Amino acid sequence: MPAPLLSLRGLSKSYGTVRANRDIDLDVAAGSIHAVLGENGAGKSTLMKLIYGVESPDAGEMRWQGNVVSPSSPNAARSQGIGMVFQHFSLFETLTVVENISLIVPGKKRELVARIRQLGQDYGLEVDPLAHVHALSVGERQRVEIIRCLMTDPKLLILDEPTSVLPPQSVRTLFETLLKLRDRGVSILFISHKLEEIRSICDHATILRDGAVTGHVDPREHDAHDLAQMMIGRDMPAPRPFVPREPGPVLLELAGLDHQPDDPFQMALKAVSLKLHAGEILGIAGVSGNGQAELARLISGETRRHAEARDEVRMFGKPVGDLGAAARRRLGFAFVPEERLGRGAVPEMSLSDNSLLTAHGRGLVTRGLIDRRAEDAFTRRCIAQYDVRTPGPQAEAGALSGGNLQKFIVGREMELAPKLFFVSQPTWGVDIGAATEIRRRLVDMRNAGAAVLVISEEIEELFDICDRIQVIREGRLSPSLTVSDTRVEEVGRYMIGAEEGTA
Amino acid sequence: MGIRMIRRTTASRRMAVLAPMGALLLAIVLNFLLYIVMGNDPGAVFYALLLEPFVSWSSFSEVLLKMTPLLLIAQGLAVGFRAKVINIGAEGQFILGAIFASAIPVWFPQATGGWIWPLMLLLGGMGGALWAALPAFWRVRLNASEILVTLMMSLIAAQLLAYLLVGPWKDPMGFNFPQTVMFQWDAMVPTLIPGTRVNVALILALLWSALAYVYMQKSFQGYQLVVGGLAPHATAYAGFSEGRAVWLSLLIGGFAAGLAGAAEVAGPMGQLQRSISSGYGYAAIIVAYLGGLHPVGILFSSLFMAALYIGGDNAMVSAGLPVAAVRVFQGSLLCCYLAAIVLVRYRLVRDGHEVPA
Repeated sequence: MPAPLLSLRGLSKSYGTVRANRDIDLDVAAGSIHAVLGENGAGKSTLMKLIYGVESPDAGEMRWQGNVVSPSSPNAARSQGIGMVFQHFSLFETLTVVENISLIVPGKKRELVARIRQLGQDYGLEVDPLAHVHALSVGERQRVEIIRCLMTDPKLLILDEPTSVLPPQSVRTLFETLLKLRDRGVSILFISHKLEEIRSICDHATILRDGAVTGHVDPREHDAHDLAQMMIGRDMPAPRPFVPREPGPVLLELAGLDHQPDDPFQMALKAVSLKLHAGEILGIAGVSGNGQAELARLISGETRRHAEARDEVRMFGKPVGDLGAAARRRLGFAFVPEERLGRGAVPEMSLSDNSLLTAHGRGLVTRGLIDRRAEDAFTRRCIAQYDVRTPGPQAEAGALSGGNLQKFIVGREMELAPKLFFVSQPTWGVDIGAATEIRRRLVDMRNAGAAVLVISEEIEELFDICDRIQVIREGRLSPSLTVSDTRVEEVGRYMIGAEEGTA
Repeated sequence: MGIRMIRRTTASRRMAVLAPMGALLLAIVLNFLLYIVMGNDPGAVFYALLLEPFVSWSSFSEVLLKMTPLLLIAQGLAVGFRAKVINIGAEGQFILGAIFASAIPVWFPQATGGWIWPLMLLLGGMGGALWAALPAFWRVRLNASEILVTLMMSLIAAQLLAYLLVGPWKDPMGFNFPQTVMFQWDAMVPTLIPGTRVNVALILALLWSALAYVYMQKSFQGYQLVVGGLAPHATAYAGFSEGRAVWLSLLIGGFAAGLAGAAEVAGPMGQLQRSISSGYGYAAIIVAYLGGLHPVGILFSSLFMAALYIGGDNAMVSAGLPVAAVRVFQGSLLCCYLAAIVLVRYRLVRDGHEVPA
């Protein structure tokens, strides 16, 4: 048997008292798609950082093509042929796509543009090379990251939760890409929590739990249930049984909303109409970058309409189009945005101070002064109830992993007990156990009579929890589809625009 | 072997205190090298610049006097800086405060009563706030950069002052000097310590600092300003008003600068004249940053900068240091500070090695 491409023996890494990786053994064969499975905090990201040279291990040995290596920086790792796409993207928002890529890929701009277009076509990773990154959606940014890695011709490509932002069609093309790469001898380290995906393309899987390896398996020989059990060490939480409900009064209504954003890179919204009733969950499906971000801002109040157009957005029967986010929240509205760092939370502030961001109306402020005890108690409640893994309320939000911060933000907003709840990408990057828990709680809210609006790019998630789904494409919303008599393929057709003309 | 910067997961409190001190040390070393190159006796300069302000009560009282306007202005500016509303026009707001305060003794030179100096201070604060309100208005309405507008308003303020002093407010008995009448006794802020020029304004500046501490560290409004400075998108998400942050930042900063200007004419100056500010409005920017934009830090940094002013005067006389040397010291200090402050959020790691933070 040939020497593995990458071989880890006894790799360990601690941060203070937290042992993020303990004695990890891992072999990645050449031409293999190898999955690393594990819950949030199981140490997957740390392990990848060790391999990619972002961090150095405390102990253990790393061999690359048989030779002992200790990559001291991502640059060193890249020059050896290791590429990585992070879960949190490392792109400069003020630069264009091609400028970002030219930072690590040598070459003339014009040639790079051509190569980006070519790679985009070959692998279904279409993105405008001249667009500014800040104007791209999360999904598009990931495409840029993947293209950037592919341009350095890596021998090993590490992908951290790559499919979580892609529509089903693109997942398929991504998988075709990955298979092509594998056939050309590029190995892939694939981090995902979507077990079916892992079973469909990975030939090896290493399972991590609490920083240690709990198994090496061939995922094709185990079903998703087995894998999940190995991963979380207990049985999967069962999905909440579906309780049919008579929908109540309309709590959110968009009536023919037209919106032309100032930023030319943003998607214009055209004649968007939706009605959301108390006691139901409405899902907005669609490929990222089709107007979700703009729609979210209009509903949340971050984008305000002029006073004449205030009737285009109605909450609890009142016109709110010209009200700001705080005024809408006072009516009983809460919102979890797509971006956690810098929007849903202030990275440099403690979790406690981040509670204050939206929960200040819940007794956290008395006579204009911050009540630190109430703030602390509220934060502890969020941490405990939503299983946020953190040293405590004083930890900085920016120090939490993506999934944990998401749990915190979702928890904070749910603790506000909103009657109208709006979540964008509720479980993006969140591990399977926590994702199930978040979905259960959304259904609980619905059952208790709240109106819930969910924007998600994961169709399976929407089918799990929603009563109805509308699909957004190029700034337009499809008609409402009742989940119980709709098939996934129908939603998929709306997503890629095949239903145009009949809609 | 190269050195890399790695972002800390949490800001280092230790570094937040050590960085300004390290910057100070570095600036001292750099400037003393400069003095040696210039042919000054470094020992004499060191004594005059850094020790003499503290060794005698009379010079220390002058330090306290200088500290008062710096402390007032810097505390006000820091509020805005933390909200990323960059008001660099405190100089103009200071001048307007001085002009507004002078209106009473200029127009009513015969008036008497204990109400005069408090009213002058209040008017001064309002004048400064008014001068800062214009940039706030343009910023909120037209998105005009407050950095440029406040700076340009300072130039206008200087012209306005010059006009008043050579025109309507000129002292008719003043031998054509561009200055107003000397203020009457009741238009002067009472002295605090007999035999020195330190006056009640120092107490006001300390109270103002306490207020700034409560406002920025404890109040919800101050919190909203800080969020706006750190993460503008989070401000929009939570629904905090950006316009209000701009207004508050500029009005607070303008009020403080105006108050300082009023205290200066009603204190050590005793009349309105061209040289009422020795660049306090600009020096206070350095004071604010050197103090880490923290009310307690600013207390120390204003004391230090004031001592540097007095020490610079001393060094000019006793060690033959040129006037510009103090400015160079201030500037190099700010540069060193800005370089050092990076260590609060980042740590240095030698390639291939992990260095404990």
